[in-house]
Amino acid sequence: MSVAAHGGAAAAAANYIFPNDLHVHWSLMIVLYPYITGLVAGAFIVSSLYHVFHIKALKPVARFSLLFALAFLICATWPLLNHLGRPERALSMMLTPNPTSAMAGFGYIYSAYFIVLLLEIIFIFRPTVVALRQKATGFMKTVYGILAIGSDNVSAKSLKLDHKIISFLAAIGIPMACLLHGYVGFIFGGIKANPLWATPLMPLIFLLSACVSGIAGIIVTYILLMKISGKEIDVDCVQTLIKFLWGFFILDFVFEMLELFSHFYMANHHWHTLETLYSGPLYNTFWVFQIGIFSVIPFFLLMLMSLIRFKDSLLLFFAPIVSIMILVQVLLMRWNVVVGGQLMSKSERGATTFHPMWLEKEGILPAIIIMIAPVVILWIIGKILPFWMDDEGVEAA
Amino acid sequence: MIDIKMEIQKDRRAFIKNVLSGTIAGSLLMVIPAGAALDERLPEQIPGMRGDDSTFTEKKFAFVVDVTACIGCGSCCVADKNEYNVPDGNYRTWVERYIIDDHDEVFVDSPNGGLDGYTKPRTDIPYPVRDTFFVPKLCNMCEKPSCVQVCPVGATYRTEDGFILIDKNRCVGCGYCIQACPYSVRFLNPVSRTAEKCTWCYHRVREGLLPACVNVCPVHARKFGDLNDKKSEVYKILREPHVISVLKPSMGNRPALHYLGLRREVV
Repeated sequence: MSVAAHGGAAAAAANYIFPNDLHVHWSLMIVLYPYITGLVAGAFIVSSLYHVFHIKALKPVARFSLLFALAFLICATWPLLNHLGRPERALSMMLTPNPTSAMAGFGYIYSAYFIVLLLEIIFIFRPTVVALRQKATGFMKTVYGILAIGSDNVSAKSLKLDHKIISFLAAIGIPMACLLHGYVGFIFGGIKANPLWATPLMPLIFLLSACVSGIAGIIVTYILLMKISGKEIDVDCVQTLIKFLWGFFILDFVFEMLELFSHFYMANHHWHTLETLYSGPLYNTFWVFQIGIFSVIPFFLLMLMSLIRFKDSLLLFFAPIVSIMILVQVLLMRWNVVVGGQLMSKSERGATTFHPMWLEKEGILPAIIIMIAPVVILWIIGKILPFWMDDEGVEAA
Repeated sequence: MIDIKMEIQKDRRAFIKNVLSGTIAGSLLMVIPAGAALDERLPEQIPGMRGDDSTFTEKKFAFVVDVTACIGCGSCCVADKNEYNVPDGNYRTWVERYIIDDHDEVFVDSPNGGLDGYTKPRTDIPYPVRDTFFVPKLCNMCEKPSCVQVCPVGATYRTEDGFILIDKNRCVGCGYCIQACPYSVRFLNPVSRTAEKCTWCYHRVREGLLPACVNVCPVHARKFGDLNDKKSEVYKILREPHVISVLKPSMGNRPALHYLGLRREVV
C-alpha cells in the first residue's frame, strides 16, 4: 500500500490533537445563541406571512408571533455575554468595530432588527393600547401611555397611516430577519480553518433551520396556551402552519443533506477529517438523533399531515409532537455544528471530547435558565399586551 | 606541535601589539564617559535594532525552523513558559514528535507540549521504526492572518514589520480568533480571560535580542532574522535551494514561519 493511500487510516490511528485543541471554547452558550436568534427569525416570518403575504389563515398567531419573537430577541445576547471572557468590553464591538470581522456586525444587525420589531409591535398594538389605557389605572396607565407613543388618535385616517407603517416595517423586517440569521450562519461558514463550518451553504442552512424552528415554536406555544386558557384552537391556522413547516423543512433537510453529500462526493482531504468525525464522536448526535429520529420521522409525519386531511383531534394531537421533534432537531443541528466542528483538532489527526457540566459558568444549568427566561418574559409581555385580540374587532371599536 | 609553536612565534609580535592597543583603548573607554561602553544591556543579537525608535521598523522578519536539526529537548518550551508565565495546559509553542514505522503508519504525540523533553521512547509502535523527527510549532505570523480578520474589536493586529500581536486591554475574550487560526496557536488565558499566543518575543526583538526560544536552542534549530538584511542567516536559507515549506499552504495565510526539511506527514 502506498504512503499516500495509507495517509487517512494512519492519521486516524495516530489520534494526535494539537495541545491547544483539547478544550472546546465555544460550548453550550454558542449552541443557544443561533438557536434563540433562529426562533426569533422564524417567528417573525410567521407574522410576515400574514402581514405581508396575506396568508389569512395565520391571523390568530400573527400578533402573538411578534411578541414571541420579541421575548426571545431580548434574551439573544444573554448567552453571548455569559460566554465572553470580558463581557464588560462587549460594547467595544459596536464602538470600535473591526470592519473585516463577521462578528463585529452582530451588534448593529441585532440593534436594527430590535428597533424594527419593537416599532412594528408598537404600531400594530397602538389601537389596543389606546383602548387599554383608558381602562387602566396607576402604573399600568403610565406603561400604556409610553407604549401608545403619546398618541391616542385612533381615527380611521390615523389607523390607515398605521397600516401603511406596519406594512412597511413588516416588509423590511423580512430581509432583516433573513440577514440576522443568514449572518449568524456566516459567522461559522466564514471560518476556513474548520472544515465542518467552512461552506457557503452554512448561512442558507442556518436560515432555513431558523424558519423551521420559529414555525414549530409558534405551533407548540399556540396550542399549549390555548389548551391552558381553555380557548378554542383555530384548526385551519394549525393546518396552515403545518404546511409551511413541511415546506421549509423540506428545503432545510435537503440542503443539510446536500451539504454533507457534496463533501462526501468531492472527497477532498477535508472529507477524511469529516468522515472520522461523523463516524466517531458525532455518530449518535448526528446520524441517530438529528437525522434518524428527529428529521426522518417528522419529515414523513409532516408529509402525511399536509397531504391527508387528518381529523381535527388527530391533527391537534400530532401537531405539537411533530413541532417539538423539529425543535429538538434544530437544537441538535446547532450542537452538531457548533460543538461538533470544534471536536476535530486542526491537526487533522484526531478529535477531542466534550461533556457539558451542570454548574460551570457555561454549563447546563445556565443554559436552562437562559432558555426559560424568554418564556418568563413572554408571560410578562402577555400581562401587558393581549396575545390573541382580534385585529378587526379592536379597529372597529 | 612544531607547527603550532612556529605559528605562535610568527604572531607574537602581532599578539603583543593587539594586547597593548586593546589595553590602551580599554583604559581610554573607562576614562571617557561614552554611552556605548557603559551599555549594560546584553550584546545586540539582531543588527540594526538598537537606536531604531520608529513605531515599525523597516525590517521584514522571518522565522525558520530546521526540522532536521531539532532534537526534541524542550528547552525552547521551557524558555517560553518562563518568559511569559504561560498557564499550565496552554502552549505558546510546543514540539511534536513524529514516528513513522515501516508500514508507513504515522504516530504523532506532544505530551505536555514537549515541555519535559522527549526522554523516553514510545513503546506502542507495532512495527520497526522507519523514521522519526521533531517539529517545533509556534505562531506562523501570517501575511494574511485569519485571526486579525475575524477579531471583532481589532484587539489582534498586524504590525508593519510582520508581527501579529494582541492588545490584552482591548480583547473581549470571544474566542473567534482561536476558531479562525488554522494552526491552533491561540488559547484563552484563564487569568486575564483574553486571547494569547506566541509573539516571536516582540519585546526582545525591539531591544535587539533574539526570541527566547531561538536564544536557548542548543542545536540552532530555531532561526530568526530580517529578510531585508542580506547577511542574515534566514535570508540566506530562504534564498538558497533548500527544501523549504510552510504549514497548510492551501489555507492561503502566507506564513512568515518557514520550515527547513519539512516532511509531508506534518500538518
